[in-house]
Amino acid sequence: MKKFLEGSHAVAEAVKLCKPKVISAYPITPQTHIVERLAEFVSNGEIDSQFVNVESEHSAASVVLGASATGVRVFTATSSQGLLLMSEVLFNIAGMRLPVVLVCANRAVSAPINIWNDLQDSISQRDSGWVQFYVENNQEAYDFVFQAYRIAEDPKIMLPVMINMDGYILTHGMEIVETVEQELVDNFLPPYNPPYKLDVDNPLSLGLLGDPTVYLETRYALHKTLEELLNLIPKIGLEFKSMFGRDGVDLVEPYLIDDAQVVIVSMGSVCGTIKDFIEQKRKKGKKIGLLRIITYRPFPKDKIFEYLKNKNTIIVLDKAISLGNEGPLFSEIRSLFSKKKPKINGFVAGLGGRDITFDTLEEMLKLSRKTPTRCEFLNLNKSLLSDSFYVS
Amino acid sequence: MSVENISHFDEHFFVSGHTACPGCGQALAARLVADTAGKNTIIANATGCLEVFSTKAPQTSWRLPWIHSLFENAAAVASGVEAALRGLGKINDIRVIAQAGDGGTGDIGLQALSGMLERGHDILFVCYDNEAYMNTGIQRSGLTPFSASTTTSPAGKILKGNWRPKKPVVEICAAHFIPYSATASVGFPQDLQRKVKKALNIRGPKYLQIHVPCPLGWGHESDLTIEIAKLAVNCGLYPLIEYEYGKLVNVFKISPKPVIDYLKPQARFRHILNDKEAFLSFEEIAKKNIEYYGLVSK
Repeated sequence: MKKFLEGSHAVAEAVKLCKPKVISAYPITPQTHIVERLAEFVSNGEIDSQFVNVESEHSAASVVLGASATGVRVFTATSSQGLLLMSEVLFNIAGMRLPVVLVCANRAVSAPINIWNDLQDSISQRDSGWVQFYVENNQEAYDFVFQAYRIAEDPKIMLPVMINMDGYILTHGMEIVETVEQELVDNFLPPYNPPYKLDVDNPLSLGLLGDPTVYLETRYALHKTLEELLNLIPKIGLEFKSMFGRDGVDLVEPYLIDDAQVVIVSMGSVCGTIKDFIEQKRKKGKKIGLLRIITYRPFPKDKIFEYLKNKNTIIVLDKAISLGNEGPLFSEIRSLFSKKKPKINGFVAGLGGRDITFDTLEEMLKLSRKTPTRCEFLNLNKSLLSDSFYVS
Repeated sequence: MSVENISHFDEHFFVSGHTACPGCGQALAARLVADTAGKNTIIANATGCLEVFSTKAPQTSWRLPWIHSLFENAAAVASGVEAALRGLGKINDIRVIAQAGDGGTGDIGLQALSGMLERGHDILFVCYDNEAYMNTGIQRSGLTPFSASTTTSPAGKILKGNWRPKKPVVEICAAHFIPYSATASVGFPQDLQRKVKKALNIRGPKYLQIHVPCPLGWGHESDLTIEIAKLAVNCGLYPLIEYEYGKLVNVFKISPKPVIDYLKPQARFRHILNDKEAFLSFEEIAKKNIEYYGLVSK
């Protein structure tokens, strides 16, 4: 059934169909609409879940950790500072191999405090051992929830999954979403049946001290499982497509890339803008394409390399920055090439909710033609830089 | 389910082979808690000595389902366990215990603990109070008593050890108007077991703070653990008290022993013995406790 939904409510509807036994969250803008809607479902008896209102994101993550370890499906959502406060627990959840699903409404991090969108929050957690998906629109946000649980709870995987959706742009943006019935979800997503859990009839100790004789192996195993996911993710996506009739999760999405000499690489909802921009440019005969990264962790190196290896120019658009270095996605794309390098230009834009418009993208193409760029900020207001900040 | 009267244990749920120091008060208390709680119990443990010495992979001393996540989140992890049991319809059959040292309870873990109490989870939180961060090497915590010398509050030429009084966590918990908030001591195992049993038969959030001497951190002989624990109670420095819904309902009566008997065998208080002012302050603390809690029968 088609519904006109804001992204937050699309996520909440999808989570409801997955029937998590425990939901725990702490309010932070722009994540709130997701958990408010879930709280309504619980309050009205539309979903049989325990909703635990905690006193911090650290505890929200810890509650879903404890519940997941007790053998039930769990859900949490957060943003920005909340994700950073969870950080310690996020690493712990991955290390303990617990299939938590989290939706991050991507938002800039402080200081200065800013509630608007960029990807700095989740990118800062890229090394935590979580699977990271970046969705482009509300339909994907909805669809990825079912697939996230399938992937996380696969007995051979048992890893947490973070679905990243742009704060406000998607969480508060209304789009038509094709929703599904409970039966279809039940057929796609079996009840959670954990290979290990806290059980009085089979007492296990979870979360042991790993000294230098075992720690390295646990990290290796986690890393290898993430790499194996590069095979499983497209398979789950295909299974989803066969049952739901829509494209499912994948590693990347190539868009008008075959004949393109210039390829833009980016993630998240800005790719929608980029696609429209490319269509406009193609009408004028410019052969531009897009490679959208959907799965950021595990990082689909081989897939990306295949798509980009014969291109003349690659333009990486980051909505985050590794301060003191460059855009994180740019670093990772550039690291794929050694000898025969295409021209790879890096741009940083949209931090803290600064709009990325056709003009921004036009400027990016223009600068890219002129000189090699590594970490060029787009849409900088130079007048603000003169007095207020230390800029040499 | 009720926890039956237990005077001896047919089965141990925290077993030997762990790497605790000789005379560790926490290991003794943890075994009493686990054995009193019995089979149908899930434990969430904070980072700290107990976690480190009992669960070095691939070994474990726990014969109960047991989980360790982080330092400050035992109460929140236990809340998740409890919520899951509730969701599964098993909350009436299985007890949940969260446990931590004094730092993991009253300092870094206080926020999560307060949240757990306020939300009304059916959990017993046990604090093993050895009065400093022993696992990291005897650093001062909020529950370190007045004038104790620790590695971050060392008694020196100017400063005389920890200059702040002990944080009243049992009262902080009682102020949440929870059904039960109490102290116990490893020096009085029957009283300790009674309190664990009592707490586990009450539904809702409970707090039990157990005084557990640490021979390494306190600087006493390892065969003095029980004696020192008894002295702390008997000289009035560690009152054994029980709050129900915020109201003091029971105190463990004592015939006060001299404070000097408690201080003397412990290296952490050695500097006080030659410091009349500090010593008098100590006597004052014991006297105030005796008066405030009514520790002596009239």
